[in-house]
Amino acid sequence: MKETIKKLVEAFGPSGYEDEVRAIIQSEIATLVDEMRVDALGNLIAFKRGSGNGKKIMLSAHMDEIGVIASYIDEKGFVRINPIGGVRTLYEVMGRVRFANGTMGVIGVEKMDDPNQVPPMDKLFVDVGATGRDDCPVRVGDVACFLQPMVEIGERLVAKAMDDRIACAVLIGTLRELKTSPHDLYFVFSTQEEVGLRGATTGAYGIAPDLGLAVDVTFAPDTPEPAVKMAIELGKGPAIKVKDSGMLATPWVKEWMIDTAEQNGIPYQLEVLPGGTTDARAIQTTREGVPAGCLSIPTRYVHSPSEMVSYADVLNAVKLLTALLANPLSKKP
Amino acid sequence: MNWNRLEALSNALGPSGGEDAVRQIVVEAIKERVDEFRVDHLGNVIAMQKGTAHVGFKVMVAAHMDEVGLMISHADESGLLHFDKVGGIDDRVLPAKTVRIGQNRVPGLICIKPVHLTTPEERGQVISYTQMVIDIGANSKAEAEKLVKQGDYAAFDTTFEDLGGTVKGKSFDDRAGCAVLIELIEQGPYPFDFYPVFTTMEEVGLRGARVAAFSVMPHAAFVLEGTICDDGPKERDLSPTTEVGKGPAISVMDQSVIADPRLVRLLIDTAEAEGIPYQFKQPGKGGTDAGAIHLAQTGVPTVPISVPCRYIHSPVSLLSKADFENTVKLMAATLRRLTPDVVARRE
Amino acid sequence: MELVPFLKVLSEASGVSGYETEVREIVRERFATLADEVCVDALGNVIALKRGIGPEPRRRIMLAGHMDEIGLIVTRLDKGFLRFTQVGGFDVRTLMGQQVIVHGRKALPGIIGCRPPHVLSEADRHKPVPMDELFIDVGLSQQELEQVVRVGDLITIRHPFIELQNELVSGKAFDDRAAVVCIAECLDLLQGLRHEWDVYAVATVQEEVGLRGAITSTYGIAPDVGIAVDVGFGKQPGVPEGIAIELNKGPALCMGPNIHPAVFDMLKATATRYEIPFQVEISTRGTGTDANAIQLTREGIPTGLLSIPLRSMHTPIETLSVKDLARTGRLLAHFIAGLDERFIDKLTWKMPAGEAK
Repeated sequence: MKETIKKLVEAFGPSGYEDEVRAIIQSEIATLVDEMRVDALGNLIAFKRGSGNGKKIMLSAHMDEIGVIASYIDEKGFVRINPIGGVRTLYEVMGRVRFANGTMGVIGVEKMDDPNQVPPMDKLFVDVGATGRDDCPVRVGDVACFLQPMVEIGERLVAKAMDDRIACAVLIGTLRELKTSPHDLYFVFSTQEEVGLRGATTGAYGIAPDLGLAVDVTFAPDTPEPAVKMAIELGKGPAIKVKDSGMLATPWVKEWMIDTAEQNGIPYQLEVLPGGTTDARAIQTTREGVPAGCLSIPTRYVHSPSEMVSYADVLNAVKLLTALLANPLSKKP
Repeated sequence: MNWNRLEALSNALGPSGGEDAVRQIVVEAIKERVDEFRVDHLGNVIAMQKGTAHVGFKVMVAAHMDEVGLMISHADESGLLHFDKVGGIDDRVLPAKTVRIGQNRVPGLICIKPVHLTTPEERGQVISYTQMVIDIGANSKAEAEKLVKQGDYAAFDTTFEDLGGTVKGKSFDDRAGCAVLIELIEQGPYPFDFYPVFTTMEEVGLRGARVAAFSVMPHAAFVLEGTICDDGPKERDLSPTTEVGKGPAISVMDQSVIADPRLVRLLIDTAEAEGIPYQFKQPGKGGTDAGAIHLAQTGVPTVPISVPCRYIHSPVSLLSKADFENTVKLMAATLRRLTPDVVARRE
Repeated sequence: MELVPFLKVLSEASGVSGYETEVREIVRERFATLADEVCVDALGNVIALKRGIGPEPRRRIMLAGHMDEIGLIVTRLDKGFLRFTQVGGFDVRTLMGQQVIVHGRKALPGIIGCRPPHVLSEADRHKPVPMDELFIDVGLSQQELEQVVRVGDLITIRHPFIELQNELVSGKAFDDRAAVVCIAECLDLLQGLRHEWDVYAVATVQEEVGLRGAITSTYGIAPDVGIAVDVGFGKQPGVPEGIAIELNKGPALCMGPNIHPAVFDMLKATATRYEIPFQVEISTRGTGTDANAIQLTREGIPTGLLSIPLRSMHTPIETLSVKDLARTGRLLAHFIAGLDERFIDKLTWKMPAGEAK
C-alpha cells in the first residue's frame, strides 16, 4: 500500500491535467474491476458489479491536486503565476515546483512593504533559470505542482497531494480487500475537484447513484495554536463527516457509517469542518437528490507541500470502507 | 465586413434580464439563415443549422446578449431616481455618465456633487453607487414615475463609432461575440449540426447558458467573448491579459473552466495552418458561459475564445477590426475541421 | 384555516438544515389533509400533489417554501462546555445570552454564556465576541456531557412564539415556515376552487445552506412554472428604502433576471383583480431564495417569487403581519385557479410582429 501511495502522491496532476495519475490508477485496478471508462471531464469510472439485491453506490476520490499556471513570462524570463485551486501563497514561497514538461523552478517573491505580511499571488514568480523570454522553457498556460518526495516520519506519511491521492489509495486498497459486495459499485477517480467539484458533478449525473460516498482529507488541528479548532486528531481513526461548509451528510448515511465502525471495532472520529467541502456536495444535489456522506482522512498541513497523515488512519479507512460496502445497507433512509 | 451589425448590437439596450432589444436584432439577423430557432424560458435564442455531414454530432457556439447595466429601484420625492447595479460594474466608472432608461430610452444623468464643494479627503475616496442618483429632469416622484418605472433597465448612453482600424462603443462584452456568431451563421452550414446560442444573464451568474446547454446537450462547445484587454501603460512588467492587434485570444483556463485541451489544440493548429494570428488570454482570470456549459449533464468539452476589448464593463470599449475579423476567420476554419473524433471519449 | 396556531407550532418545532425531521412530520401531516398524495424525497423535501381537473397530461405548478431553519452545531466538547459553529447565516452579535436547545441523546436546554461586564476591560466591551469564542452551558460536567452530547449534534435557538399588537406576531424560523403556512393556506383554499393544473406543494429542505432541497425537488418534479415563497426585508431602521417592503401591505412580487416577466405580470394581474394588497421588489441577480434554484433547473423554468415582509430576519424575534400570510395564501390560490393553456402561450416568446417561429 505504501508503494501505491508514494507513486500516487509524487505523480504530476494539477486540476485539468490528471493524465499521469489516471494512468497509475488504471494499472493498479485493471484486474480488480469489471469495466473502466473515462468520461467527458476525464473522470476515471471503474465499475465492479455486485452480487445482487444491492444498491448503486458511487465512491469518489479526486485525482487532482492544487497547482499554479504560468500567466505571463516577463522580459527576464521569470514566470508569473495564477493559482489552480485553493493555493495559499504562504505555503508556496521559497518552495519548489515542477511543470508538466519536467522543468523545475523555485518560487521567489518581490519585496513586501510590510515584510510580516503574507504576499499576494501577484508578487510571486517562478525562477526556472531562464535569462529572457527566448530561453524560457515555460510558456503561458503551462501548469506546475509542488515538487516534494514522500517521506515517512515514524508511522506518519508526509507528501504533497495527500489531498486527495491518499483517498485514491484508500479506494484502491478497498478494491483489493473487498471480496464481494451486494452493491453495484462505481469507483470514481474524479477530476477538477479543487476548482469546484467539477468532475464529480458530471460524473454523478452520468451514474445517477442511489448513494454517494466521497473520500477526502480533513484538517487535523492537533498542532500548537491551530487556525481552526476541531475535535480531530491524527491517529484516532478516519473521520465520519457530519458537516462541512458545502454540505450536511445525510443523517441515515452518517448513522450507517457510525454503526458499521462500532460493530467492527474500527476507531473513528466525528467531523464538523468549518471551511472546505468535497465531492459529496456535488453528488448529493445531482438530479432528484442522492443520499451522501464522506469518509475523511485526518491530515495536518493541508494544501502545503508537506501534508501529513497517520498510516494507521489510512488502513482503518480501508477497513471501514470495505465493511460498509461488503454488506447490504443496514439503515433505512 | 459590415460594421453596421456590430453597431446596432452595441447601441442596443440590454442588461441582464432585459435583453429584448438585442434579441430582436439577433432574431431578425438569423431567422432566414437557420433551419430552426426558439426562445426558451430564460430568453436564450437557441438556433440550429443542419450539418452537411456527421448528422447527430452537435456543436454549440455561444455568445451572450446581456451587458452590465443598472436597474431603477425607486424615485424619491424630488424626482431623482435610485438604482441598483446589474452585473459587475466598478463604481468608479459611474460618476457623471449619461444613461438611457427603459424601452423608450429616457435619457438620465448620474449625478454627484460638484467638485468645487468637495474636500481633498472626499476626492480621495470612491463614491459608492448607493450614494448616486439619476436625474431625468423630473420635478417630483409622480412626474418621474410617468416616464420611468421601478424595475426599468438602464444602460450607458454610448454611440458606436468607427475610428478607422478600431471601433468604439459600449458592451463589446459581449456584442462583439454576438456579431462574430452571426457572421459564423452566415458562413454556414458546417459538417455537423450547428447550434448557435445567444444566451442571456451571463453577467449575473451564467444563468442562460446553464439551461441552454442542458437543453441542447452538445458534444462540443465554443464560447465567444469580448474579453479583458489590459494592454495600457503600466508601472510594472505585468501581463496585459490580452493585447489589441495580436488576434483572437484562446483561453486555456479561467476561473470558471479548464478548456478541453483537444479543442485548444484544434484552434492552435488551425491558426498555424491558416496563418491567422492568435494569442493566449492570461490564464486564471475571469469567467464565461463556458463555466456553465461544460458542466451540463455528463459534461461538454468546451473552449472560450475572445476578441480583445479594452475597457470592458465601462461606458466605452474599444476593439480592433482586424482582431474581430481574425476571430471570425479562425472560428470558421476551426469549425470546418471539427470532427467527432476530436472530442471522442477517451477509453 | 387557522394561521396563527399552525405558524406557532411550526415556529417552535426544531428543524435545522439537514435535520428537519421534527418539522417535517408536522408539515407532512398537515399537507396530507390538503392534497391527494404526499411523499418525502431523498433529501427530505415534503412533496404534496393536489391534482388538477385538466386533461392528461396535465401541466404542473410547483410552490416552494423552505422548512429548514438556521441553527448551530457542536464542534467540540470543552471542559464541560460546548463549542459550536453555525448552520446557515447568523449575526453572531445576536447569540450572546441566547437560550438554546442542544439535540443530543435527549433535548437539553442550554445557554450561550457570556462573561459578565464587571470583569471585562473597556476595550473588550466594544468588540463582538467571535463565534469560536462563544460556548454553550447545559449545566453538566464534562463526564456527564460525554454521555449525552457528541460532535455534530444540532442546536436550535429556543424562543417562544409571541403575539404583539395589530396582528403582528414574532418568533424564530418564520424564515421560512411562514411560507409553509401560506402554501398550506393556498392548498386549503384550493379545496373550494377549480384548477386545471397539478399543484406540487413542496416544503423544501436545506435552503439556508445553498437551496439544496429546491435544486433536487425541482429536478424531480420538472414543473412548467415554479413559485417560491420566502421572506423579504421588512421596513425597519437600518434597511435602505430601495429594498424595504412594508409589513401589513401584502406580499412583495419580485421582478428582475431571476423572474419570468409573464409570471410576474400574471401574479400582479391576479392580485389586482382580487383586490389583494401587494408590493413590488427588485432583484438584479439570482435571488437568495429557492427561486434561484428553480429557474436554473433542467431546460429552465419560468419562475416567480413572493416575499412576505419580515422584520429582524435571522434572529429569534422575526416579526410579520398575520394578514400578509392570508393575503399570500389567497394570491397563490387565485393565481393557480387562473392557470390554463393560454398562460403557456403568455410564457412563450413571440416575434415582435406577433408570431413565434
